[in-house]
Amino acid sequence: MDQLFRKLTLAFVIVVVLYVFINNILFPVSVGLGLDSCALTLSGKYLCFAILALALDAVWGYCGILSLGHGAFFALGGYAMGMYLMRQIGDRGVYGDPLLPDFMVFLNWTELPWFWTGFDQPWFAALMVIMVPGLLAFFFGWFAFRSRVSGVYLSIITQALTYALMLAFFRNEMGFGGNNGLTDFKDILGYPISAESTRASLMILSGLALIFFLIFTSWAMRTKFGRVLLAIRDSEDRARFLGYRVESYKLFIFVLSATMAGIAGALYVPQIGIINPGEFSPLNSIEIVVWVAVGGRGSLYGAALGAVVVNLAKTYFTGAYPDAWLYFLGSLFVLSTIFMPRGIVGILQDSLHWLLPQKSRYRRKSSP
Amino acid sequence: MALLALFSSATFAFEEGLALSESSWEEKAEWIETLSKDTTDEAEQILQHWVGGNLFYWPAENRLVAGTKEGRKYELREIIGGLVINVVKRKAVKKIKVNNKLRRQIKQALAYRSLSSPDASKRLKAITELKRKPDYSLLQTLLRLEVANPDLTTARDLRSLVGLGYLESSRSTEQIEGIKRLTGNLSSEAKEGLSRLLLREDLTSDVRALGQRTIKDIEKKLLYWGHAQNIVFGVSLGSILLLAAVGLAITFGVMGVINMAHGEFIMLGAYTTFVVQQIIPGNSATALLVSIPAAFMIAGAAGILLEKSVIRHLYGRPLETLLATVGVSLLLQQMVRSIFGPLNQAVTSPEILSGSFVVNAAFAITYNRVFVIIFAALVIVGLWLLMYRTSFGVRLRAVTMNRGMAASMGIRSQRMDALAFGLGSGVAGIAGVAISQLTNVGPNLGQAYIVDSFMVVVFGGVGNLFGTAIAAIGLGVATKIVEPIIGAVLAKIVILIFIILFIQRRPRGLFALRGRSVEE
Repeated sequence: MDQLFRKLTLAFVIVVVLYVFINNILFPVSVGLGLDSCALTLSGKYLCFAILALALDAVWGYCGILSLGHGAFFALGGYAMGMYLMRQIGDRGVYGDPLLPDFMVFLNWTELPWFWTGFDQPWFAALMVIMVPGLLAFFFGWFAFRSRVSGVYLSIITQALTYALMLAFFRNEMGFGGNNGLTDFKDILGYPISAESTRASLMILSGLALIFFLIFTSWAMRTKFGRVLLAIRDSEDRARFLGYRVESYKLFIFVLSATMAGIAGALYVPQIGIINPGEFSPLNSIEIVVWVAVGGRGSLYGAALGAVVVNLAKTYFTGAYPDAWLYFLGSLFVLSTIFMPRGIVGILQDSLHWLLPQKSRYRRKSSP
Repeated sequence: MALLALFSSATFAFEEGLALSESSWEEKAEWIETLSKDTTDEAEQILQHWVGGNLFYWPAENRLVAGTKEGRKYELREIIGGLVINVVKRKAVKKIKVNNKLRRQIKQALAYRSLSSPDASKRLKAITELKRKPDYSLLQTLLRLEVANPDLTTARDLRSLVGLGYLESSRSTEQIEGIKRLTGNLSSEAKEGLSRLLLREDLTSDVRALGQRTIKDIEKKLLYWGHAQNIVFGVSLGSILLLAAVGLAITFGVMGVINMAHGEFIMLGAYTTFVVQQIIPGNSATALLVSIPAAFMIAGAAGILLEKSVIRHLYGRPLETLLATVGVSLLLQQMVRSIFGPLNQAVTSPEILSGSFVVNAAFAITYNRVFVIIFAALVIVGLWLLMYRTSFGVRLRAVTMNRGMAASMGIRSQRMDALAFGLGSGVAGIAGVAISQLTNVGPNLGQAYIVDSFMVVVFGGVGNLFGTAIAAIGLGVATKIVEPIIGAVLAKIVILIFIILFIQRRPRGLFALRGRSVEE
């Protein structure tokens, strides 16, 4: 049953991606048939959010680490990509400075800060997209897991982490554009960033990345490593007493998840065209948690599905009833935790069981 | 001197005005003397116009007027009120002349008048004017005032004015006298006056040495008082943190769940203050007193409702509880936004709380800060009595320490949960009342305090009133000490990073409760 569900989702994602591919790349003239520009951006955005949800589900759903700071890794990846894109602007900025981005000229800076060097190279930027969130997660996790900070304590300090980063990035002196963040990108790898074909390619790239991460994580969770993670989630002390190095497992999945979030951020920024410190806000990180909770934690497909469903709802509500969105989101938090602890996937599975009764191999625990 | 009598009449249309305009300097000096003894407003106005060179004798109507040159003609005004009477040729009026000696005399007379005026705001105006521009020629007047004036509120200002006047002297004995009078004076004008003195070329070496020593001493004292000021600010910030966090410490301690809607309960308390003030307009002191119990009840009731409707169903799943309460916090925020609008509402502070307690120029505390500190202390003492001196407190602490054991001793732990939640939320409401006295009340008010409150609870150790208090005050003082050095935002970041690192070292906080479960 689970297998069937997986295959169905996979097929669905592939079909959507191919549909867009065919309509926008092969026949760019037939605009009427393809997704329009807005829908293209939106679907690209959802795919990035789905990767982010997947990353969070890997630590929360499979290892029981509730991170309220995953938005920070996402935003850091985004900033690394944004810095590359800023360097690509070259002398086409408002002030026409060949080296410095506009906001630095505006601040009367005369030279590029040291941490901006190298970002004109795509390979270096790509490396940083993985390294910066990964290293932050490594040091943070290394301290936290080694001293056995867990449960709500860990959640709160991850929130403090993203809060502190938000405050820091809001400062102009940090050299990341302050309040306005990084924007006005011109092109990526030589292709104009606002062109339909570039955006379609980016969206397809996001789709492929999502598929890759889905396959990769679901494979990883079926290995012995994944089983140990589940053991840690369900009883950390028991796993430790059995001789597993709980800290190392937790650290590994935390870093892996942070790099995934970073990649999602890096794919997100060129499609949206802006990255600003608002991405670090604690509420953003909490929203990611709700995507996973709604989709169904402990199910990778569910997390991706949750991200898409909740964001579709968000797009609809913020457009149609702007005041109602927070009511909706708030109720979603409360109702999904009380009434559907296994999310949409749980409901789907239960209804499938009810429709087609069959022997299940094991019943998933409803909660750790 | 027949003329003198006329000054005391209100009309000032003296017959011999011509004589005044033609009188000798000596006679004029006597007039000034008389005018300065006259307490009426008219006399002062005459002196003002005179010293400005705007006083004229108008033979046509045979009286004194104020005049200003408008082109080739003269515009004549009433001395009192400045109403324009006429515009005349130069020849039609006669200027009452003034020389430097008289000008000094008039200035002294005016300074004396304003400095000894019964009107406090007039006195203050004269003092600030003089502080800005010290005048040696007024020294004698000031000295006379210093002896005559028993009013303590201006005594300090007079002393520094006299000191500043002496500094302008060119005699070194008077300069030394001035420096002595300014010793230990922390006001900025004393420092400025001294540095101005030291810039002068013609100083004797011992005056210079004394001046330098005094200014160094002043700077040292300023530094100390600046630190003291920072510490008091820190304590007041800490008191706010404490009020915000102590309710959370109770709920987190008893139930082990984090209530992310705690900040919104603070907001509810602040809005209660606002509403009570709308109901009882005009008397903000009463409104404040009424809103303390009102906020406790409303926030407490909201807390109990939250516990019964949501948190109870998520028992034993702390992470889910956290998420559900995030949802509740969003709902409450949006609800308040729908009812009161997204803009900030201003809560007026009672009259007693406006103004500040001034120790010296470098150290002043506003009364609302004092209020918050005292208020926080009272709340903590009240909670301590409740927790350690009542049977309710004993039961609450028992549930905090070991729920199973407490339950088997006959304590109804579920009921204690609801009560503890109500208490914690109610205290948050009270915190909202205090916070409304310091800042504007808006829908996002709670968000600003939620992360800080958790930091305090976690830093101090969970379920420990004493630890929470120490942590809150400590963090407040630390923030205010770091702030002037690196700025407010960086200070906040540094404190957050410090706490994150601290939790790694001591995951259970500064003062951990001892327990016996495996996780500890």
